[in-house]
Amino acid sequence: MLSIKDLHVSVEGKDILKGLNLEVKPGEVHAIMGPNGSGKSTMAHILAGRDGYELIKGSILYQDQDLFDLSVEERAQRGIFLAMQYPVELPGVNNMTFLKESMNSIRRVNGQDELDAVAFMKLVKEKAALVELPEKLLKRDVNSGFSGGEKKRNEILQMALLEPKLGILDETDSGLDIDALRVVANGVNALRSPQRSMIVVTHYQRLLDYIKPDVVHVLANGRIVRSGGHSLALELEEKGYGWILEEDAA
Amino acid sequence: MSATTETIEQLIDHGYVAGFVTNIDAETFEPGLDEDVIRRISLIKREPEWMTQLRIQAYQDWLNMVPPDWAHLKIPAIDFQTISYYSAPKKKGDGPKSLDEIDPEILDTYNKLGIPLEEQKALAGIAVDAVFDSVSVATTFREKLSEAGVIFCSMSEALQEHPDLVRKYFASVVPHKDNFFAALNAAVFSDGTFVYIPPNVRCPMELSTYFRINESNTGQFERTLIIADEGSYVSYLEGCTAPQRDENQLHAAVVELVALGDATIKYSTVQNWYPGDEQGRGGIYNFVTKRGDCRGDRAHISWTQVETGSAITWKYPSCILRGNDSVGEFYSVAVTKGLQQADTGTKMIHMGRNTRSTVVSKGISAGKAHNTYRGLVRIARRAEHARNHTQCDSLLIGDRCGAHTYPYIEVKNPSADVEHEATTSKISEDQLFYCQQRGLDEEAAISMIVNGFCKEVLKELPMEFAVEARKLLNVTLEGAVG
Repeated sequence: MLSIKDLHVSVEGKDILKGLNLEVKPGEVHAIMGPNGSGKSTMAHILAGRDGYELIKGSILYQDQDLFDLSVEERAQRGIFLAMQYPVELPGVNNMTFLKESMNSIRRVNGQDELDAVAFMKLVKEKAALVELPEKLLKRDVNSGFSGGEKKRNEILQMALLEPKLGILDETDSGLDIDALRVVANGVNALRSPQRSMIVVTHYQRLLDYIKPDVVHVLANGRIVRSGGHSLALELEEKGYGWILEEDAA
Repeated sequence: MSATTETIEQLIDHGYVAGFVTNIDAETFEPGLDEDVIRRISLIKREPEWMTQLRIQAYQDWLNMVPPDWAHLKIPAIDFQTISYYSAPKKKGDGPKSLDEIDPEILDTYNKLGIPLEEQKALAGIAVDAVFDSVSVATTFREKLSEAGVIFCSMSEALQEHPDLVRKYFASVVPHKDNFFAALNAAVFSDGTFVYIPPNVRCPMELSTYFRINESNTGQFERTLIIADEGSYVSYLEGCTAPQRDENQLHAAVVELVALGDATIKYSTVQNWYPGDEQGRGGIYNFVTKRGDCRGDRAHISWTQVETGSAITWKYPSCILRGNDSVGEFYSVAVTKGLQQADTGTKMIHMGRNTRSTVVSKGISAGKAHNTYRGLVRIARRAEHARNHTQCDSLLIGDRCGAHTYPYIEVKNPSADVEHEATTSKISEDQLFYCQQRGLDEEAAISMIVNGFCKEVLKELPMEFAVEARKLLNVTLEGAVG
């Protein structure tokens, strides 16, 4: 699915990623943890194709294709989805319209028929129920005046509609209370399938209590310094990151 | 030119699809302006003496006026002697107009623009007056309208058939001395649309005028007069396009609306004059005076405009709220890109008690364009409990364009309630990235954000026009980013 090799990336002359390696197979859920400023969000942005990052060296293959050959929308059209840490507001753009346009533009590229209004409405209501997003928010402008939790649920709703092959969650749990966290996690779990991979970027282990990842990685100083099972996340929760950084430096 | 070259050139030219030229025989005056030219126009139109005199007086006054220079516009000096003031397609016969007598090329032109003049092909519920260069070439659905007592015809015909109505209202809202361009228009206007809705009649169709400039070196100076008698209602639409030419062309129109007691006039414009090319060559100079007079109590005038074309736009559709409890509205989207300049807005003059006005202006600038909102809200001494709400938003695309806001507020009555809100925003990289990450390409993303920004105004347009306006916004902004 995804293969990142020896990735070096800088932002405004500052090295952020310094030799990142990551292999994600179909169906796997990987958690990326790590201290602030370790490069977690940079990695998520790079995968989605955000501007402003300089590739120094390294490669990313997505479904055996060089990811850097694809534009942001081409990546999205081929199944990469990024649930953003700070979803933007689009004043005046109706949420339902946005979801429909987004979904249909992806379907068009992939040679599928566009969904008509009735079929779309049925689908979107079904998925909104899954993430417990009140239907009235579908009629509002995209993310405008949504609470933090509503914005994150709207992100998961989009993921559920677009059914990506690779879903990336960039600190989706930040700022969520425990109920919202559970709802988001349920949404993610419902999307798990043998064909779909996910990368869950998070600060805290508590999200991982709900989303049981196959692999947990610790990203520090721009590299993955340790990988393990769910138990690694629990160990981090207990001991913090200091001991890993020390071992890595040694 | 080969078909392929033509296609490519059309693609390069930001998709200004209305830029073609119609080849027809036209009777066009030599360029130049003097009293003789004005008398000739008046003679061709077989006008009554009072109108000829009014034109001459306007011309004399115009000679002593200077073009306005207060707008935030760079206007090159215009040589008024290089413009031809009259151009009309040659008619086959001299009798009453019917579609058979119109040059098929002209019918074809309107078909290409999506405005079929054959009634059986026309959009349901819309009657059209088609103005081609200086004259009205056809007016559809006149018989159906006359059954309801509605008069819908060209200004030339109105002068022949309803001279008393014209004389009573003509220049009563925009006197010829109002401004430089209004004076010029009064002197040389060649045609336009006349509408009269009798008391307590709800006009059974949308009325519209489609303005087309075709000849080179000509100016278009049309005059529209709409009178809604007591308790009547009319919705009127106006569209305009012109061929792509390297020289600038002048469009100086005057629109007067009169709403008597309890009458409502809804006036919508989709303005798509040729904006000029990327280097700023060519394009229409659009200097227009539009004003409505709520002459009776509870009268209601609503202006909605979508301005996407013209090299320079200078227009301020205004409302005089004379009657008590009368209402004025102004909804505007103005898009400028390339080197276009727009200075547009409104004047709301509150004179009656409990008068209300609403102003919603959305300016969008891209490229190196400048977009200015200029508005006046005046509450007169006697206007007890007048209210105004103004909302003025600017959206910038790219970092070389400009948005400017000049609100003027004059309040002479302490019971007034006047609000002004303004915002300026940019389409942010975050918004674009977000949309693109959801599979939309950049242009679809911008179009979605821009349409969202304009939503409050577009919803005021009659439905067929709203669809057209949305398409136009998409085409206009193609290639605006980068």
